[in-house]
Amino acid sequence: MKTVNPLWNFFISIKLTVVLLLSLAMTSIIGTVLPQNKNPQFYEGYGPIGVRLIEHLNLFDMYHAWWFQGLLLLLMINIVVCSINRLQKTGSLIWGPASDIRPDRFVGRKDARTLDDARDTEALIKSYEPLVRRWFPGCQVLRTENQVVIYGEKGRWSRLGVYIVHLSVILLLVGGLVGSFFGFEGFVTLPEGETTDTVHIHGTGQTLSLDFQIRCDRFSISRYENGMVKEYRSSLTLLENGAPVLQKDIIVNDPLRYRGINIFQSSYGKLAPQQQDSPALPEPGPDTEYHLHFLSKESGMTYTRHAKVGVEVDIPEGLGKFLIVSYEPQTDFHGRPLGPALKGILTPMEGEPVDVVLPIRFPGFDRMRSGDVAIAVIPPRPSPPAALPDEETRYYTGLQVTRDPGVGLVYAGFALMIIGCFVSFYLSHQQVCVVIDDQQGRRRVTLSGIANRNKISMQHRIEKIFGAMTKV
Amino acid sequence: MSSLNSSLLLSVSTFVFGLAALLYISALIFKKISLTQPARWIMVGAVLTTTAGVILRWVESYEMGIGHAPLSNLYESLVFFAWTAGVIYVGVEYKYKNPIIGAFATPIAFLAMAYASLSPNISDRIQPLVPALKSNWLIAHVVTCFLGYAAFAIAFGLSLMFLIRSTNPEKQDGILGHIPELDTLDELTHRMVLFGFLFLTAGIITGAIWANSAWGTYWSWDPKETWSLITWFIYATLLHARLMRGWQGKKIAWLSIVGFAAVLFTYFGVNLLPGLHSYGKA
Repeated sequence: MKTVNPLWNFFISIKLTVVLLLSLAMTSIIGTVLPQNKNPQFYEGYGPIGVRLIEHLNLFDMYHAWWFQGLLLLLMINIVVCSINRLQKTGSLIWGPASDIRPDRFVGRKDARTLDDARDTEALIKSYEPLVRRWFPGCQVLRTENQVVIYGEKGRWSRLGVYIVHLSVILLLVGGLVGSFFGFEGFVTLPEGETTDTVHIHGTGQTLSLDFQIRCDRFSISRYENGMVKEYRSSLTLLENGAPVLQKDIIVNDPLRYRGINIFQSSYGKLAPQQQDSPALPEPGPDTEYHLHFLSKESGMTYTRHAKVGVEVDIPEGLGKFLIVSYEPQTDFHGRPLGPALKGILTPMEGEPVDVVLPIRFPGFDRMRSGDVAIAVIPPRPSPPAALPDEETRYYTGLQVTRDPGVGLVYAGFALMIIGCFVSFYLSHQQVCVVIDDQQGRRRVTLSGIANRNKISMQHRIEKIFGAMTKV
Repeated sequence: MSSLNSSLLLSVSTFVFGLAALLYISALIFKKISLTQPARWIMVGAVLTTTAGVILRWVESYEMGIGHAPLSNLYESLVFFAWTAGVIYVGVEYKYKNPIIGAFATPIAFLAMAYASLSPNISDRIQPLVPALKSNWLIAHVVTCFLGYAAFAIAFGLSLMFLIRSTNPEKQDGILGHIPELDTLDELTHRMVLFGFLFLTAGIITGAIWANSAWGTYWSWDPKETWSLITWFIYATLLHARLMRGWQGKKIAWLSIVGFAAVLFTYFGVNLLPGLHSYGKA
């Protein structure tokens, strides 16, 4: 009934699997070369044809494009159909009764070993059966009129390994789908001492209200002796209806989980001094001379340079050049207003120039870019104050807030994939058969074994058993 | 004690790896199989020196008060890659008793060590861990990934041998004659790919779990992640083509070479891509 269905035939083809896997491999390259999720202006540099291609094929977010998800869907159907098809054929091999043993399948093999023995059949069974039993504990002795068969097998279930791997892939894809439909990924910037329940969803500008509030009690940074950052720590309190329900310090790699919501330490920044104590300071304008701080990721050193709009400055340590392109009175990040900012271009010594936005109120903002150098603008002040000691600086913490109900499925998929790969690569279904034929006063003994994988190690095992048989 | 430090030991082991590779290659070119005898022991020596160097580096980091496993930057990962490739190769030679494979496998370990030691862009200073790397997953992730990479590297060497040998499979003398039979090479390549695939899978998975515990997403299509998946797709293709369509020989050898190119790109090439961390709408 399945053979008449052309769609079924299309999907049981392993050619399709190979084509799909290679298509996924090749198309995935696009998204690693073409920057993803930039604003439309960014892609104008790719020319009119490029722009149309990018728009039609969703190349600006290709891993979520209809055609890429379509390839994944095809792969999923292909896996399911192939597995069902194969299980129909080999299912009886896995679950069928062991009784339909066909000794001729073993005797007829080219690598079967034979010997003649004068002892009577019962004596032979007595001496050979323990040898087989040593490797194949469940072995059985089957007697027919003039033939005795000692048959052992193991690892029959290892034929399931492939299906375990395929099931794991399905779990991963389904888990991913569940996460994208019922989960979210968002961001919160929270000054010390403040409370919020609003999460900004990545990439959409939408916001979401949690049914509890997050308060940042304190943010702190500790450093190694050489100045490199050792730890970012946010002390958080979760509140429900104004009453604290949970208090925890989070650091990178040690998030807070509460009612299915995960809160991660993601970034931080210093609140600009005028926000703290002198809010009356005049806003800087386009003609101002700015103090730029360059923080080198490699050495942990900070350098200060002065620059005006349109003047390029060299960054120490050979980290490239930086040009302030414009002063913007109002900017936003994922829909959240950032206030005035400088827009600039960072040109590293090697590699492509990068567009950089430096909000004047959030000097730590550029660290989120994770580049080799983080740039901060220190606005001009009437009298340059001495650097504030750390404990007097007020910070804001950047928290990643996520919910993903698909994670359980994905983790189950991970576990099954490792188990399945191991089983299908390293375990095999092994069968061994000793056939004792009565032949005019002598007994002809044939030993042979079959394995569905790792045939070489099966041959070694047969040699061992045969060696022991001839010794007896 | 002060004169013997891990940098010195690892520099020495670079040269020991080089010497072993040189002997293996000479054995092949000058048809002197006897040269592989000392080469084997020198290779074992190189692996042991590297082991000592890595352990000493680990100890030194604790003495500096910033103790962590030496798996935290490019230098340390290259050294670990060379070590893993060396260990796997010694195991293969011990099991399959075919020393000529060394001429194709040991240079890979040597090149990794030499690149780590000599490249001016790679710092061998022991540095403290940045907050993002402070996790128990660091060791599991790096070790599984590099076991995979190293196995694929050896599979690549074997595939090269296969292609060279297959130009004249009947020839029994000369350089070609010393290369193992095609069937042996094909089988060995397959075994290496299986091993590599298992560990690449484990590496991607440990990475995903780590990402989920550090950033809240197990997969974000970042270039490194994507390239490791591309590599996974290529080797998955190889396994399916071989098991289900009975592909063997040259086609598999070429797929294994393409797969290793993807491994190299995952490891080094990703750094050459334009900066992809974006602000979104700025």
